[in-house]
Amino acid sequence: PKCFPGAQNPAEDLEDTQEKDKSIPPERAEEAKLKAKYPNLGQKPGGSDFLMKRLQKGQKYFDSGDYNMAKAKMKNKQLPSAGPDKNLVTGDHIPTPQDLPQRKSSLVTSKLAG
Amino acid sequence: MAGAGGGNDIQWCFSQVKGAVDDDVAEADIISTVEFNHSGELLATGDKGGRVVIFQQEQENKTQSHSRGEYNVYSTFQSHEPEFDYLKSLEIEEKINKIRWLPQKNAAQFLLSTNDKTIKLWKISERDKRPEGYNLKEEDGRYRDPTTVTTLRVPVFRPMDLMVEASPRRIFANAHTYHINSISINSDYETYLSADDLRINLWHLEITDRSFNIVDIKPANMEELTEVITAAEFHPNSCSTFVYSSSKGTIRLCDMRASALCDRHSKLFEEPEDPSNRSFFSEIISSISDVKFSHSGRYMMTRDYLSVKIWDLNMENRPVETYQVHEYLRSKLCSLYENDCIFDKFECCWNGSDSIVMTGSYNNFFRMFDRNSKRDITLEASRENNKPRTVLKPRKVCASGKRKKDEISVDSLDFNKKILHTAWHPKENIIAVATTNNLYIFQDKMN
Repeated sequence: PKCFPGAQNPAEDLEDTQEKDKSIPPERAEEAKLKAKYPNLGQKPGGSDFLMKRLQKGQKYFDSGDYNMAKAKMKNKQLPSAGPDKNLVTGDHIPTPQDLPQRKSSLVTSKLAG
Repeated sequence: MAGAGGGNDIQWCFSQVKGAVDDDVAEADIISTVEFNHSGELLATGDKGGRVVIFQQEQENKTQSHSRGEYNVYSTFQSHEPEFDYLKSLEIEEKINKIRWLPQKNAAQFLLSTNDKTIKLWKISERDKRPEGYNLKEEDGRYRDPTTVTTLRVPVFRPMDLMVEASPRRIFANAHTYHINSISINSDYETYLSADDLRINLWHLEITDRSFNIVDIKPANMEELTEVITAAEFHPNSCSTFVYSSSKGTIRLCDMRASALCDRHSKLFEEPEDPSNRSFFSEIISSISDVKFSHSGRYMMTRDYLSVKIWDLNMENRPVETYQVHEYLRSKLCSLYENDCIFDKFECCWNGSDSIVMTGSYNNFFRMFDRNSKRDITLEASRENNKPRTVLKPRKVCASGKRKKDEISVDSLDFNKKILHTAWHPKENIIAVATTNNLYIFQDKMN
């Protein structure tokens, strides 16, 4: 197949090729570097462990409670105060949808639309 | 292509940039997909926060013949919200992975947007008149006291300020165990496919409670898993043909007429590898991050970590053209593996006439390859170049040896500034290039 590398000075090109012919290919050199840093690295990176990790993308939480707490922390919402809340509807009577406070829209408009 | 002018060289100029200037990028603002519609009049973006922003090109001003219409915000809406998978205790990101437009059939526009698990069909419609003069309601919507109604009147439609509304018309959910990476609308305009890491499903746009599985590469024993599906696309003209690419650098073309389950490919495209060149990184950098058919349907383009390859559908054993995007990174693979950049998924795109292909790189550089002249160019998406109608200066990376003036050395490249998503207007020389959180629009210089 024809390769069209980015335009380079022909003189420099020749120099590089000559260097490469004398030493090991760059990919192998990089591989040696990696193995030196991490001697326990498995042989085949495309093995099932690697792919399995890829399939399970996303942060794991202990349960939905853990997830919701994490979300709440991210939005920097204040933790509910210990004292009686004036807006608290529940406990006194059965709430209806109209009584409950509106769910705050926690998502802001994209800055691309600004 | 070098911008020297003359001949068929395109001279690219900055046109617009959208997004915040500040360096502190909120995760939600990271752009995750960019797509022109079939006419090029609309340009959609999706982000990590699950939002879609659609820009519309303003009508060409006859007096301003030196530039094409600008793209202004047309509609913006929250497409997907974060969810929690209770069974696996995993978060389902709201990030929009792909947007695909349907061809326009009536006054409204339709697009499909998808996150990891759910695909949604959105209808975007304009409203420019509203009824006034109801009998039972006040203008603000409150109900009138029926005893005050003494006469009957017919409500009339009066013009109002243009309002663009987006509404979800279909929600295609619960069909993917793994993460959706691609959606592609069939040329029959009735069906579409969605692909995750191991399976591809076929949907009908009208039907949300059923989906056909057409490819399943999940092994009986997950320990035997060797490759995953990375991208899939329907052929632009042949409604029974689609391709899917893999993490091992292969592309399979399937024909749905052959069997209900297309586990056996009709064609397998793979470039033979020189075994003496094999290294730890070989498989990772051969993983195909994007596959796109040419508009003609004769060719397809694939993007792997270091190159762009053009394949003739009639030849399976090797690509017909290969273009090096950033070959100088081959001697940096160790650090790119350590900082995970080696897993970055770059997309690629064709121009309207299939003569030029474009893809992104690091340091907010993007590259274009002219298939006819065999020339290539590197440009930069940066606010420093934002004078309209000034031709962009080509960039050069110095791989080794003495760095010339105006060149940038490989070690100075900013690997956090990656251009993963680019789009080319279907008819004009207008391109949309997404940096991390900004959208750049470039046009060719009109005389």
